[in-house]
Amino acid sequence: MADTSLARRIATDGDGFELHAEDRQAMLTERAHYEQPQAACIEALKIVQRRHGWVPDGAIVAIAETLGVGAGDVEGVATFYSLIFRQPVGRHVILLCDSSSCFLTGYEALSEALRERLGIGYGQTTEDGRFTLLPVCCLGACDRGPAMMINDDTFGPIAAEDLDELLEAYP
Amino acid sequence: MSAIPDTSRLRYHCQLRQSADERRAETHPLTWRLRDDGTCIQLDEYRDKQGYEAALRTLEQRSPDDVISAMKEANVRGRGGGGFSAGLKWSLTQVGDHLPRGYLVCNADEMEPGTFKDRLLLEQQPHLLIEGMIIAGYANRSCYGYIFLRGEYKEAARSLAQAIEEAQQAGLLGRNIAGSGFDFDIALHTGAGRYICGEETALINSLEGKRANPRAKPPFPGQAGAWGKPTVVNNVETLCNAPGVMQHGVDWYQGLSGGLSNDGGTKLYGVSGLVNRPGLWELPIGTPGREILDRAGGMRDGHTLKAWLPGGGSTGFLLPEHLDLPLDFDTIGQYGSRLGTGLLAVVSDRQSIVSLLRNLEQFFARESCGWCTPCRDGLPWTAKLLQALERGEGKPEYIDILEQHTLGLNPPRTFCAHAPGAMMPLESGLRHFRPELEAGIAQASMEGVS
Repeated sequence: MADTSLARRIATDGDGFELHAEDRQAMLTERAHYEQPQAACIEALKIVQRRHGWVPDGAIVAIAETLGVGAGDVEGVATFYSLIFRQPVGRHVILLCDSSSCFLTGYEALSEALRERLGIGYGQTTEDGRFTLLPVCCLGACDRGPAMMINDDTFGPIAAEDLDELLEAYP
Repeated sequence: MSAIPDTSRLRYHCQLRQSADERRAETHPLTWRLRDDGTCIQLDEYRDKQGYEAALRTLEQRSPDDVISAMKEANVRGRGGGGFSAGLKWSLTQVGDHLPRGYLVCNADEMEPGTFKDRLLLEQQPHLLIEGMIIAGYANRSCYGYIFLRGEYKEAARSLAQAIEEAQQAGLLGRNIAGSGFDFDIALHTGAGRYICGEETALINSLEGKRANPRAKPPFPGQAGAWGKPTVVNNVETLCNAPGVMQHGVDWYQGLSGGLSNDGGTKLYGVSGLVNRPGLWELPIGTPGREILDRAGGMRDGHTLKAWLPGGGSTGFLLPEHLDLPLDFDTIGQYGSRLGTGLLAVVSDRQSIVSLLRNLEQFFARESCGWCTPCRDGLPWTAKLLQALERGEGKPEYIDILEQHTLGLNPPRTFCAHAPGAMMPLESGLRHFRPELEAGIAQASMEGVS
């Protein structure tokens, strides 16, 4: 079996990740908000993700070096949080709320329609690289469930009939 | 190429169900300033509406201990769901000339299923929160405040970032606030998902850039929290109560509940589920569920109320017969549930409790941080058994196993309140709807059982 440990992958992998100068500066600015530099690592991961869509292996090391913390710590954080993506995602990320209020107002039918429309399940990306579908904790839009987010936009209530129009807005 | 469709009609916008003429400064301290169009109130407008008067007068005229006494006497109880006295929490913060000044953290990680109240305050009235934080920071001798905002609240992030900047430029945050000699600033910290971040000590770990596993207590955050310094963590709505208390006094605050409850103040109540007008209202604390449900226009046609969760996924089911109880912390606690966040989720007679329980336990199982075994292994087990019962594939012993979990997934076996919270709907579900769960036992498995 191939050695897939992070160190091994980074040592050999050619993803050639280079941290953008602006991003490095943004991370250092964030670092100043906290007593210790590790506190900035979640924001640093988000900074990388904003530019690249996801967090490649090389970015873990680059963040660790920039903040002066261990790469293992950064990786531990990256793999804990659901909105940090350690593998490539589509151009648009759909977060479908599956918590109780949306469940009571039609989540299951919407979920089925959406998966059918996209031809993928949760955690998957459409073949054309356009959409990734993920479940999400209660979105706090319970008065208008079922709710979902596409990228930074929150929608609700959404019926299966709305999906075509909604998805078309994200080419 | 075809034009991109306009999706604005589908966009979510958080909106209070009370119009401006229903809301008064004296009776609706949390929402009277809100605009009917739901847009964010900027600094000038906030100050025109008495904004920051309470904080500035407090810094000028009151001592920190004085503020804590007022909060204690007013009996402002934690609006994040715990109901712990905010003044008492503040009085337990370790302060002293020989100690470093600590941190104030606003828990704006609203993720409790069915809860959408802090979103309103964060998006539309960030200055009320900042004012509350200045007061809390002063009372707790905090050197710095953080607003821990869930990552998905993008509009709230924009409102807060702008408001913090406005307040800094106006000298309401930073060094020597308005000549008072008190230094205090605030930074916005946005999260990256995970329900467990709402747990006080997990939130502190997350703020420190670690995995959001809860910490052992003691030491409590007031003794050693963020970076080992005394730290106070308060919910958004709790902090938003502080300016009113300091502005109008303890007696006024206690009078707000109008004899409905021993607690003081108002509460952001809400309803979700199959009702005609789901939404949010600011009402006296202790308002009964029936009035809130009436404001929501009652159940939709063809639906009858079967059960309700009074304040989130980690509260126990109540029945229609409980609708006339005052919705406050002490009363609801006596009926096998908790007030929680005070946002009601209603279940119709046409909806299955078993399916809802399965959904809830799947949620809690997924959101377990995985630190302690009872939670990490116990929650998926309950979800699995409920799924089998939902499909009519259950075995008779499943009911007992579920019951054992409701007894076992409690302190001291679990490290934090996550699994005990998850057991509240299950325990009350078994208590109120046992036949519905038993109906999921497969007929085949009943053969041979006498």
